[in-house]
Amino acid sequence: MLSFLCYLPLAGALIILFFNREWHKPIRLFAFLVSLSAFVVSLFLIPPFRLDYSGMQWVEKHPWIEAIGVSYFLGVDGVSLPLVLLTTFLSAIAVLSSFTAIKERQKEYYVSLLFLETGMLGVFMALDLFLFYIFWEVMLVPMYFLIGVWGHERRLYAAIKFFLYTLFGSVLMLLGILALYFLSANPAYGTGGGTFDFLQLTHLSLPIQIQLWLFTAFFFAFAIKVPMFPFHTWLPDAHVEAPTAGSVLLAGVLLKMGTYGFMRFGLLLFPEASRKAAPLMVTLAIIGIIYGAFVAMAQTDMKKLIAYSSVSHLGFVMLGIFSLTPQGLSGALLQMINHGISTGALFLIVGMLYERRHTHLISEFGGLSHRMPVFATFFAITMFSSIGLPGLNGFIGEFLILLGAFRARFLYAALAVSGIVLGAAYMLWLYQRTMFGECDNPKNRSIPDCGMREICYMIPLVLLMFWIGLYPKPFLHISEATLQHVHQLVQTTLLSSMVR
Amino acid sequence: MIRFLPELLLIGTGLFLLILDPFLPASRKSLLGKIALLGLVGGFLATLSLWGKESLLFGGLLALDGYALFFKEIFLSVTILTLLVSFRYLSLEKIPQGEYFALLLFATVGMMVMAAGTNLLSIYLGLEVMAISSYALVGLIRKDLRSLEGALKYFLLGAFNSGIILYGIALLYGATGSTDLSEIFIFFSRVPPSKMMLVGVALLVAGFGFKISAFPFHMWVPDAYEGSPTPIAGYLSVASKAASFAALLRVFLVALIPLQPEWRNLVILLSILTMTFGNLLAFAQESVKRMLAYSSIAHAGYLLIGLAVGNVLGVSAILFYFVAYALMNLGAFSMIVLLTRQGTRAESLEDFKGLANRHPVWGFCFLLFLLSLTGIPPSAGFVGKFYLLAGAIQTGLYGLALVAVLNSVVALAYYSRIARNMYMMEERRRPEISPSWALRFSLILLAILTLGFGLFPAPLFELVQEASQSIL
Repeated sequence: MLSFLCYLPLAGALIILFFNREWHKPIRLFAFLVSLSAFVVSLFLIPPFRLDYSGMQWVEKHPWIEAIGVSYFLGVDGVSLPLVLLTTFLSAIAVLSSFTAIKERQKEYYVSLLFLETGMLGVFMALDLFLFYIFWEVMLVPMYFLIGVWGHERRLYAAIKFFLYTLFGSVLMLLGILALYFLSANPAYGTGGGTFDFLQLTHLSLPIQIQLWLFTAFFFAFAIKVPMFPFHTWLPDAHVEAPTAGSVLLAGVLLKMGTYGFMRFGLLLFPEASRKAAPLMVTLAIIGIIYGAFVAMAQTDMKKLIAYSSVSHLGFVMLGIFSLTPQGLSGALLQMINHGISTGALFLIVGMLYERRHTHLISEFGGLSHRMPVFATFFAITMFSSIGLPGLNGFIGEFLILLGAFRARFLYAALAVSGIVLGAAYMLWLYQRTMFGECDNPKNRSIPDCGMREICYMIPLVLLMFWIGLYPKPFLHISEATLQHVHQLVQTTLLSSMVR
Repeated sequence: MIRFLPELLLIGTGLFLLILDPFLPASRKSLLGKIALLGLVGGFLATLSLWGKESLLFGGLLALDGYALFFKEIFLSVTILTLLVSFRYLSLEKIPQGEYFALLLFATVGMMVMAAGTNLLSIYLGLEVMAISSYALVGLIRKDLRSLEGALKYFLLGAFNSGIILYGIALLYGATGSTDLSEIFIFFSRVPPSKMMLVGVALLVAGFGFKISAFPFHMWVPDAYEGSPTPIAGYLSVASKAASFAALLRVFLVALIPLQPEWRNLVILLSILTMTFGNLLAFAQESVKRMLAYSSIAHAGYLLIGLAVGNVLGVSAILFYFVAYALMNLGAFSMIVLLTRQGTRAESLEDFKGLANRHPVWGFCFLLFLLSLTGIPPSAGFVGKFYLLAGAIQTGLYGLALVAVLNSVVALAYYSRIARNMYMMEERRRPEISPSWALRFSLILLAILTLGFGLFPAPLFELVQEASQSIL
């Protein structure tokens, strides 16, 4: 089932390869059909999913390279299932949003997009570290092309910067993975047989010194992806230059891989090191929250502003994870989903403006609310969701994270709150400058409002914002058992290390 | 004699080509290539039939073990692919076909002897046969000054280098009283090394370092590769390097293993310098051919990790990496052959602009080779690098592993320039390319295997383990 879901987009991409280049419309529609059916398939994962079980479900395991203990091992739990759903959901929207935005080399574009979807799904499903690494790297290639081929003016620079930064982190993780393999083969720490199996590796009992080294190796891969301050500099470039769908997936899904990595691998493989590193991680997260917000405020380019707001929001997620409290963890996971939805929606909104005016500069706009009332409504809801207005999704996530941070340390929460205030400031200011006031730029006089297709992909996003905001229980429930388990695991090693 | 049949087949075919060549009219010269191909395929099959029949030949001068056979199959496959890639290229560049094919066969015989040699002298013999044939091959584009310059440089430095190796052999012989590898091993496991022996070992490191193009003995590489016919550049970068590694590993891990503490740090240092230097200089190149030349230096650095590791895991990793490297590097050089047209050299970065747009299939093949060269999955290159790194981590060479992975980031920076030009740049002119069927076939085959060994490396894993266990 998981394999089917994972390779469905890839199969679609391979079929598109056989389409004639000039069949623009069939290619588009087929790509949308594929991504939509992937979303529908992913929905079927939910009903049989056992909410009270904290382990892996839908498991698929086959030997792959037996000589070195690599297996083809897929599975989802309460942490990865929501992210899988988010991926299929945003991918379908990303495809739909590209129909008019992408005019050149459409065939290759949709092939890359679907290929990317397979890579992203694989990252969230893989439970063998070798397999995980393969998906983690494979996904870079289509993203590199999405930015580099269909991006804006400085796309070449942004594409290679993205690729180099992420590769730098991943190769260090590769060393960490290899070291873990040989440690698991060492009878002093593990069972004796070398393995890349994530579940078996969680049973290793590694001394803290080794854990810290390995945590550092994984840290680079994940921190660059999140991106945590000070590894964030690739993000604004990549976001500004990427086409709209690329930005949506970059912000919505790719960044989550970093936080997911910390949650799944960082905490569970190296619980003691995570606890040791928590103060540092929280410090970096808080710097990210405040720094990101301040820099966002200073931007004149809308996409850059949203990119920096991502740095700030992902800081919240990291704060939640490394508060190491149950509330913080579940808030972090929910906020990952929220950020995917709201920031994805923000990029779509900016993308709509770009399609109409071919600019991202805030100063080019003003008074648009009179010309485009529907658009203004979507923008307003999304903005409030991003700020964390009660009743919308952002509020629940941030509230839980702050609760968790507060329980960890008062100071954390106090500092992080300032990020929310600043967030409200730059988002409201952005809205004010683009939507209100006089429509004095003549180019904006005849700007058309949202079309049917645009309304179609905005509506589900807005509905989700309200749903999570008003009734978050199902979303929290799905991950509850798993997160409790994660939290317990981190805490029990605390006890055992005290006893030692 | 039957156990020497593959080599004899190649020698016989080569001699036959030389005799036949003058009697063929110019329009029938293409027959020569087909005969050479036939001989090579025969040699390949003959080698295959020897699998599992371990023995020594010529009074212990050559060994017929899994290790030697594995390398021989690599050389033969590489030569076959080189031949397929060359067919149209030769007539485009007006290269005399008889000499070309005969020299190619002789060079391959030299390599096969090197891989099988268990005596310093037989190894040296193979090395010289290979080297002399390659000097001539590099200079075969007689009208082209660069080809001549490359050949001359390669010849002068190579001849000097042969002297160094021979001097090293002489010193070892003087110290141990034998040129047989197992006897040298027995001597060294009893007697602690003297100054003279260490000088001998150092000379051998330098001599082989030249052959595998390790820093600082790499000076000939860019010029020789740039000047030589493109298929030959690919051939030298893969087969000649593999042969030198085959001999190097056997000498150091069979005969000189008792001295490992002495030479290991030297190898680590060479490895680090070679990969870093190769990658940094590759970054500065505008010619794809030169870039690949420097990148092949960097790959020699990666391969040296396996020697520094020095156990079954390290040797298996080297063997695996050579398969991967043969696929991706031959693929990359074949892409330059693909662009070659009558009378023009199309080997600069500029020439690849917009290639993927016009020829999506070839663009994608090249992309695959580049990803594999960088070490990005799913590709044979990734698994090979993974394997080498695994050896380094297992033996605690963390610093070396770290330098190696950071080098792949640098490597991405220049390989991606080709990908960028192919996919993200507009073409300026529209050169027509019409690859021969042999070239198309080889490119597709190489691409499929690059991907295939990346996804399903398990059978190859077992094979290389078996091969490396046969000498250790």
